[in-house]
Amino acid sequence: MSSTDPGIAAPSYLTAGEPGLAGWLLTHDHKRIGILYAVGITFFFLLGGIAAAMIRINLIEPQGALMSAETYNKAFTFHGVVMVWFFLIPSIPATLGNFLLPLMIGARDVAFPRLNLFSWYLYVGGGLFTIGALLLGGVDTGWTFYTPFSTLFSNSHVVLAVVGVFVVGFSSILTGLNFIVTVHTMRATGMHWFRLPLFVWAMYATSLVMVLATPVLAMTLSLIALERLLGVGIFDPALGGDPLLFQHFFWFYSHPAVYIMVLPAMGVVSELITCGVRRQIFGYRFMAWSMLAIAVIGFMVWGHHMFVAGQSMYAGIVFSILSFVVAVPSAIKVFNWVATLYKGTIDFHAPMLYALGFIGLFMLGGLTGLFLAATALDVNLTDTYFVVAHFHYIMVGGAVMAYLGGIHFWWPKITGRLYPEGPARFAAILMFFGFNLTFFPQYLLGYFGMPRRYHAYPEPFQWLNVLSSAGASILALAYVMPLCYLGWSLVRGRAAGPNPWRATGLEWTVPSPPPKENFALPPVVSEGPYRYRP
Amino acid sequence: MTQASAPLLAARASQFDDTEQQRGASALGMWVFIATEVLFFGVLFAGYTIGRLRFPEAFAAGGRRTDLLLGSIETGILLSSSCLAALAVRDVQLGGRRSSPWLLLGTAALGAAFLVMHGFEYHSEYEEALIPGLRYHPSGDPPHAMAIFFCLYYFITGFHSLHVAIGVALLSRLAVKAWQGAFSPDYIAPVEVTALYWHLVDIVWIFVYPAVYLVGRSS
Ligand code: HEM
Ligand SMILES: [Cu+2]
Repeated sequence: MSSTDPGIAAPSYLTAGEPGLAGWLLTHDHKRIGILYAVGITFFFLLGGIAAAMIRINLIEPQGALMSAETYNKAFTFHGVVMVWFFLIPSIPATLGNFLLPLMIGARDVAFPRLNLFSWYLYVGGGLFTIGALLLGGVDTGWTFYTPFSTLFSNSHVVLAVVGVFVVGFSSILTGLNFIVTVHTMRATGMHWFRLPLFVWAMYATSLVMVLATPVLAMTLSLIALERLLGVGIFDPALGGDPLLFQHFFWFYSHPAVYIMVLPAMGVVSELITCGVRRQIFGYRFMAWSMLAIAVIGFMVWGHHMFVAGQSMYAGIVFSILSFVVAVPSAIKVFNWVATLYKGTIDFHAPMLYALGFIGLFMLGGLTGLFLAATALDVNLTDTYFVVAHFHYIMVGGAVMAYLGGIHFWWPKITGRLYPEGPARFAAILMFFGFNLTFFPQYLLGYFGMPRRYHAYPEPFQWLNVLSSAGASILALAYVMPLCYLGWSLVRGRAAGPNPWRATGLEWTVPSPPPKENFALPPVVSEGPYRYRP
Repeated sequence: MTQASAPLLAARASQFDDTEQQRGASALGMWVFIATEVLFFGVLFAGYTIGRLRFPEAFAAGGRRTDLLLGSIETGILLSSSCLAALAVRDVQLGGRRSSPWLLLGTAALGAAFLVMHGFEYHSEYEEALIPGLRYHPSGDPPHAMAIFFCLYYFITGFHSLHVAIGVALLSRLAVKAWQGAFSPDYIAPVEVTALYWHLVDIVWIFVYPAVYLVGRSS
């Protein structure tokens, strides 16, 4: 307790506590756990990236340049499983969320620190299963594990992969639970709900979805494993089961899951933009409520993945309308970000570039989502590269951009060092171009009718595929760059000081890197989070 | 689970300002956990409902092969155990030390009895070759449909029994702590939270019992 005396500089979370590896692997400190996640997530991003590179190389030639059809199936399955469950879903919540949430609300830690560490071990354990499946020869069902293929026909390692995803599912449930309880019970004096930074609102909305959707996935995957092991047909039509039931269950989780990926990004971007233009967020309450609206309505649109799967026409109509409705709160957010920027003096540092990139790419992805939600159009576009482009614009163009923007923005806080601004801006811009070059051609390919998930394609599609692969190599370079200069800055970067951005959140009132106990004295809050000019 | 009710040793864990905050956090944590549990079981009940709608005959026939007597006794046991759990919470709340260890122990013992009886049920179902994947002689019409019933029956009751087993472990530990005098009206969160969990286990069973044992016999 003595180390919390004001005046005496408390040692930072990086130096305080148990020394050595044990001090990290057994830590209960939310900040260290955030870093542990960051390491895991970076590792899986590289693995998933390697699979992506293989896919893009293969598609340079119409007959497939690299792989047989079977290997190709395993490559895109591995890519999808790893990127969705082992990278993107935990990315922002588990790293930045863990690190920042207690700091932003003025708490010493999350409500259940031991549970928090346990979640990380679940994440790593689940990862090992999936890597096991990979080493044993891979899975070929696609990330969606559709039955009856996954239960009856596929002779790849479905059960191992499914167990891995099941286990990480628990990790995200427990993280969500922890965050919900933390936000409810651990806020500092005076930090009432409408003084929370929007990033905290985003974490809260995300946690609700994690907690309420993930159990459905877990049980559905268990049923798949059971069906494979016991030969009982819950989903398998040949044995009397119902394959559509699987799709309903799967998308009941997986559509909300796309909001697990994008809501945190929206939270990050709100922080980056307000600081970058030094203005209050336009329409704070709208921003907060729209996140909750997205979380809630997101539970009612899953059927838009099943327009052609055999659900009734009336279900199709209802799901189509609801999918348009869920776009409204997203649009509110985009308008409010733009209104915040309007007539502002924009400081184009790297985090801001990422945030602006997010807005543009998320918009393109969201609008093409509306194309797909229109049933008449979707009949033509479903299962083509148009869908692939749609969700990559949101998940990669949106969420990954925001993740990297956030990492840059809070890097000085996390490490106590400044990253080099020049290379960072260059990487952000390169990423934007590389991304568009990779995925915009895929909209065209899909529109012209190229189906997804094939290892070969007709000759006329080649030039667009070559463009896409060229873009992918630029994108890969842009992803490797931050790894290099951020790593460099760990050793050589200039000391950051507590608040290099002159930002107004609580996390900037403590030293960088923060002391183990976060705050020397419990903070008392009397104002909103964005104390910039109106 | 054990983690959610974690701070059993220290009266106040260092991340909290006071025990009141800690108690609120534990209780909310358990409520959120219960919400996830409802969805876990919800998927299984949804699967059951769909199966029943598709194959009403086979599901009814399957239900008639379960053991009504054992199932009913188990229901009685679980309900009374929940009552004991509630009494234990009350005892701690009122500052009593004498009866809460025994009440907690009694709850755990009834839970264990439930598990044993369920074991007997599974055993006789094995004898009758009603376990798909392990020992199963198809019967009913269509033959695969009853297998779906039994598959869901084992999954639902098995998953539920897993919860009972975890509960028994937690309750036994609490009984020992209560014996050592760990709990008082100021430090009641672990007892409260575990009792909440136990009521959830009970309530789930209240849905399982009619769905599995009763509906097939209704006509
Ligand atoms: C603005 C609201 C959105 C709407 C209206 C929308 C609409 C759709 C529709 C209708 C489909 C199905 C297309 C088909 O299979 O034929 C789809 C697919 C998809 N969307 Fe969205 N979407 C929206 C936002 C998002 C977001 C925010 C994400 C991710 C963060 C996302 C990720 C996906 C994914 C992953 C798929 C493809 C799943 C697969 O089949 O593998 N969508 N979207
Ligand atoms: Cu969707």
